[in-house]
Amino acid sequence: MADSATLIRPANGTSAPCGSMGDTLRAKLDYEQLTNCMRCGFCLPACPTFRETGVEAESPRGRIALMKAVADGLMEPDRAFEDQMNHCLGCRACETACPADVKYGQLIEQARDGIERHTDSHRPWVRAARRIAFKGLFPHQKRMRLLGGALKVYQKSGMRAIARGTGLMKLFPKHLEQMERIMPDASYKGVAERIGTVHPAAGERIGTVGMFRGCIMDVLFTETNVNTVKLLQAAGFDVVIPPAQNCCGALHAHSGERDGAAELAKGNIRAFREAGVDWIVSNAGGCGAQLAEYGHLLHDDPQWRNDAEWFSARTIDVSKLLFEFGRLPETFGDAKTGERVRITYQDSCHLRNGMKSSDAPRKLMNRIADAEFVELFEADRCCGSAGIYNLTQPETAGSILDQKMQHVKRTEAHYLLTSNPGCLLQMKLGIEKEGLSDRMKAVHIVDFLAERMKSARV
Amino acid sequence: MLPDVVKRELEAVLGAGGVKDDPQSLVTHSYDGTPMQQALPDAVVYPENTEQVSGVMKALSRHKIPLVSRGSGTNLCGGTVPVNGGVVMVMHRMNRILEVDMENLTATVQPGLNTKQFATHIESLGLFYPPDPSSMAVSTLGGNIAENSGGLRGLKYGTTKDYVIGLEAVLASGEIIRTGGKLMKDVAGYDLTKLLVGSEGTLAVITEATLKLIPPPKAKKTMLAMYQDLYDAARTVSKIIENRIIPATLEILDNPTIRVVDDFAKLGLPLDMAAILLIEQDGDPETVERDIRVIEQICLDEKAVRVEVAKSEAEALKLLTARRSAFTALARLRPTTILEDATVPRSKIADMVVEINRIAKKHNVTICTFGHAGDGNLHPTATTDARDQDEVHRVEAAFEEIFEAAIRLGGTITGEHGVGIVKAPFLEWKVGETGMAVMKAIKAAFDPDNLLNPGKVFAKSARKRVVIEHG
Repeated sequence: MADSATLIRPANGTSAPCGSMGDTLRAKLDYEQLTNCMRCGFCLPACPTFRETGVEAESPRGRIALMKAVADGLMEPDRAFEDQMNHCLGCRACETACPADVKYGQLIEQARDGIERHTDSHRPWVRAARRIAFKGLFPHQKRMRLLGGALKVYQKSGMRAIARGTGLMKLFPKHLEQMERIMPDASYKGVAERIGTVHPAAGERIGTVGMFRGCIMDVLFTETNVNTVKLLQAAGFDVVIPPAQNCCGALHAHSGERDGAAELAKGNIRAFREAGVDWIVSNAGGCGAQLAEYGHLLHDDPQWRNDAEWFSARTIDVSKLLFEFGRLPETFGDAKTGERVRITYQDSCHLRNGMKSSDAPRKLMNRIADAEFVELFEADRCCGSAGIYNLTQPETAGSILDQKMQHVKRTEAHYLLTSNPGCLLQMKLGIEKEGLSDRMKAVHIVDFLAERMKSARV
Repeated sequence: MLPDVVKRELEAVLGAGGVKDDPQSLVTHSYDGTPMQQALPDAVVYPENTEQVSGVMKALSRHKIPLVSRGSGTNLCGGTVPVNGGVVMVMHRMNRILEVDMENLTATVQPGLNTKQFATHIESLGLFYPPDPSSMAVSTLGGNIAENSGGLRGLKYGTTKDYVIGLEAVLASGEIIRTGGKLMKDVAGYDLTKLLVGSEGTLAVITEATLKLIPPPKAKKTMLAMYQDLYDAARTVSKIIENRIIPATLEILDNPTIRVVDDFAKLGLPLDMAAILLIEQDGDPETVERDIRVIEQICLDEKAVRVEVAKSEAEALKLLTARRSAFTALARLRPTTILEDATVPRSKIADMVVEINRIAKKHNVTICTFGHAGDGNLHPTATTDARDQDEVHRVEAAFEEIFEAAIRLGGTITGEHGVGIVKAPFLEWKVGETGMAVMKAIKAAFDPDNLLNPGKVFAKSARKRVVIEHG
């Protein structure tokens, strides 16, 4: 212990101009959290990129050490530092593995936020796409739906057939071509436009649920949103869909656009506050985990802090709400009439590691009469979708998906259930890539349950 | 900075992808699991086979540049922090099981293989590799061997040294040495295998190991005994041994440790208890049943409030996994956790617990206690904050006194974590002046230029031992 003073030899060339990326990072990074990592290494085996590469810098402990080295002035962030922060999937499996409770998810967002203000490393098309998506598209529900409409026109008008038939899609990178193929039919009518915004409980009312409809969910999986409302009604909840709600801001926060995320958070808090709800329910793990972070996101904003905490405390995933508070039938579906199928489940990382909910979906699945639930080996590991990771880091994402699909195959399941649109798309992609489409389907857990709720015996 | 000529020589051995000296690689190999220890290396290398290790070592010895070999960097003595700079050698690419010999019940492995992956594979073959350090999900077998890691099963099954029967290693000169073999008996000369186990990377770089495997126990049972007094729990430990029962695992956790572990693992542990004992027995079903019944009675006789037997193997596994998180979980209280592993004869466990609490109080520091009580190996852990220099000094003073108390009770300064940097100043207290001279001579015989993990085991200046008198 006697010689235990810090033995850092300063690296060469640590002096940097004022207002540099290093300065911004030093201001943004939460030094307390950096210090809370005591470098035991328990996160290493949980990290997909560490497992992929075996390189310390590609692990949560390594990334935190790099952030701390920047914060301590031991090194200036360079291009390799940027790449390393962006290489993280953000699955937060390390948080679940961390006995010391280090908030890695917050640290990586702070790091990316700091980088994003300075970086010139995005290729021009990425920069343009980011601007359109983050500023022009996701914050505006109507524009999202217009885009959904455009996608629908593409899919239905014969343009898709032309694009595929002529080999036009082959001009795109392989991963985009495959993506196009598994894209579900889009809709320009979201859940509220389809069925209205107020839905009374069946039977005695347990409480009022405000439904968070999501952007991608509402455009690509409108049916799942409709089914969510139906399930909740049947389980005894009044459901309202506050029309003023907007994007959760998860993609913004994960990509270093914290200010944009904060503005979106305020919009949602206002919308659900006014609706006077007991719970805010999400059927997308990625969105839900972000909603649950509002308290942290607006912690330093005295005007919003209390409302943000109110919001986060009431955010809950649909499976958990149904299981813990809902009036459920003893079994879903009918064992006699239905053909017995085998189902398995891929965790949504943000549902598991962010919202800490992995039991509820499994308990629900074990109550399906005509289905046998088998656990997927390493279901708790990221599938490689990770928000827009499969678009920005296609190689790593592809390799992670390939490993995942080997385990999926072994389950011999007929249905692969998930709890998040990104995972659902990635699983559809995996099934397509592996040529399993004739025997396996990826389905949102809500849709699978809703189908069986119809024939349920209460 | 590595001189260009050396870098080129290393690249010639390893290929360009095997040598890194960018800031990112240096920073991420400047630490291990030890608090408050950090130093940058000059380069990081990733060998893929023994020949490459030998080639690197030859180049480095020509240029007199130090080398620190490491696995996952989870050790707790500063053992892999490159305090003198030089080259850090990461063994992760040498991670294969070379052979499992089902006739001799041995396995031959490369050093970068993950401990848990190996243990799980061996179990799938119907065999058993007992050493189970708490870091086993992260650590490598090479790291375990270099540190002679212990674990939760130490009291019944021994530690890593009891399972290593043969080694291949690269000396500081770059020469390759082979020791032992698939042999249950071997007295041909000095036992270099055992000498290299626990040598903390200061004598050679381990490149291959032959490990002894044993048949697994047929049954096991796990139980929790809960106490309102830490001393009662500690006394129970000695009583169990005295009654000639050697459990597979006999762990103690004090109240703060129970709380943080439960906060992490959400097991519903009894938060109102002053201490719990986590006890596992394995063996033939009848023996296990009988032992568990006797242990239960001993616990109750020693004032356990409650005794509960785990209902399923899954529940038992959760308890043991949660216990492995204890050290890190304590960081929930304060950011810096300084943990030691003073070890005493098993009959002295209760005395040691009393001493630790007395010393903590005297120095006004918080020390939580958990550990492998059954083998006399406690883990007093100070929860502090590295930024509070004054408190850190008080913690250091307290640990100095704890080491002194352990030795006075017939114990040692470290039972399983190794000397590394942090206990080097106290080594002489345990081994004496003559012991130090012999150890230094051994080091010089293996590594005359002091290139292998310099700055470890042997301190620049030793601490003077102040023997405290008690009235």
